[in-house]
Amino acid sequence: MFKFIRKGRSFNIQHQPGFTTLAIVCFVFLYTPIFTMMIYAFNQGDSIAAWEGLSWRWFISAWGNQQVKETALRSLIIATLASGISTTVATMAALATTRTSKFRGQGLVYAMINQPLMVPEIVTGVALLIFFALIKTATGYTGLGYLVVAHTAFCIPFAYLPIRARLEGMDLVLETAAADLYATPWKTFRLVTFPLLAPGIVAGAMLAFVISLDDVVITELVKSAGQDTLPTYMLGQLRRAITPEINAISTALLAITVFLLTMFFILNRKSK
Amino acid sequence: MMVNQIDKMGDKNTGNTPTSYELKQKKQARQRWLLLSPAMTLLLFAASGPLLIVLVYSFLTAGDYGGVVWKFSTEGWFSVIWQRDIFSDVVNLSDAHIRVLLRSIKLSFFTTILTLIFGFPTAYFIATRSPERRSIWLFLITIPFWTNLLIRTFAIMEVIRNEGIVNSILLSLGLIDQPIQMLYTDFAILAGMLYVYLPLMVLPIYASMERFDFRFVEAGYDLYANRWQTMRRIILPIIKPGIIAGSILVFIPSLGAYVTPRILGGGKSMMLGNLIELQFGQANNWPLGAALSFFLLAMVMIFLLIYIRLTAKSRNTHV
Repeated sequence: MFKFIRKGRSFNIQHQPGFTTLAIVCFVFLYTPIFTMMIYAFNQGDSIAAWEGLSWRWFISAWGNQQVKETALRSLIIATLASGISTTVATMAALATTRTSKFRGQGLVYAMINQPLMVPEIVTGVALLIFFALIKTATGYTGLGYLVVAHTAFCIPFAYLPIRARLEGMDLVLETAAADLYATPWKTFRLVTFPLLAPGIVAGAMLAFVISLDDVVITELVKSAGQDTLPTYMLGQLRRAITPEINAISTALLAITVFLLTMFFILNRKSK
Repeated sequence: MMVNQIDKMGDKNTGNTPTSYELKQKKQARQRWLLLSPAMTLLLFAASGPLLIVLVYSFLTAGDYGGVVWKFSTEGWFSVIWQRDIFSDVVNLSDAHIRVLLRSIKLSFFTTILTLIFGFPTAYFIATRSPERRSIWLFLITIPFWTNLLIRTFAIMEVIRNEGIVNSILLSLGLIDQPIQMLYTDFAILAGMLYVYLPLMVLPIYASMERFDFRFVEAGYDLYANRWQTMRRIILPIIKPGIIAGSILVFIPSLGAYVTPRILGGGKSMMLGNLIELQFGQANNWPLGAALSFFLLAMVMIFLLIYIRLTAKSRNTHV
């Protein structure tokens, strides 16, 4: 201890030997693969290992790839529908389960809402594969609806949690005041509750959107022939010879993720 | 709630006819279920309901080309651990399945330990920065967390390939003569899972670290504790809930991992998730796949219950 004082440095109670080193190793470990992947997306050559100069070539090639366009569009359609529906039903569920006294069946409701978070994805995927196979043979319908329903279900907890958190932090006084001034329940919701709740709803919808966009396992098991989303298309491509085109697609997706996350952070900060 | 209580006081004197308070409560309950019903229907249809069908399927007979024959059989559950010799009907333990099972548990366990070794100092590091710096470091942890799992697995795959950056560096340093085969081994899966699940360990530990009051540590030093003693006797016990939460958040998805072992294990090193998928694909044994799914689910539930027990206990002792 005296050694530190002699050196003119005060004794730092928060210091633990080696922790800073390990933390830096951890950040290097987290970012080296991501940066390597991003750098090779700009590679001139055909390889993801040998650098041959800078070019946009693979971004252009990915943009022109019909399959990439098709699967990306499908991913977007599914994610938009799934996040829209799941956020709507999650908002309703959040309104019903917060700010009330305990009710019968509460435990069951929470267990059901959180189920997609607890059950391994592969198990849910297999369950849906079996169930939808039964419906397919019974009705003959093989459209995109199965994927939308599957995505909606596992997005519900992700939409529900931020909305509930927001509701729990809200003051009941304003709504009571509105009711005292003879506003109908619907009017109270539209003019008072909803505007206050909006940041939570936006956060929930964004989370649900990202979760749906990222899903591989459940989509891979549920999809019918010709219903690849961008992630399952990429999974299929990884089995073949890999070109930097995959890096280019990944880099573009990463950019979108970082953009959405930054928005999310800003929104959160403002609402605080 | 306050409104309800006031209503209740006003209606105290009425007899056994339904009071306005009771009517209001009934109306509230009806409204609640009305609001809940769309979410519940969706979840019942696409999450809880199908699980029950899996349970039923695990007790049926496998069809020749996938699917099931509606005849009761315990063969699916039997085949989880045992196998019957095709010619002599002798029952043996199924080596292939047990190997996959043990690999899943082993790799999940090591992933949890390694994420803890790297994740705890990282969370500590972030929590001891100034408040403005903290959110930047935290943001750096959340970016990989929200990046597509597939992209992250692909990124780590590029790094540990034979022509990847790790082998290139080792070769150019002259430490090795030829590239080390890392891809398609258990090591690759372990590295991939460590990479993918590391943020899941850092975030909950950071959450409990953030509220940690360093005056406790100061008091410890005043009482002549050394750094190791303050860590072991003061810091660790207080942030234990975060460590437990992080461990469970890493261990459970590791156990059911599918994408990472599929890409980095390359079919040779399978984990439980891949074995399940195989039964619905090439192996065409749906009842076995269903039984394995429930086996995995049961393991997950056991660990969740242990978690709930542990947190309940630590809450009792601290508060």
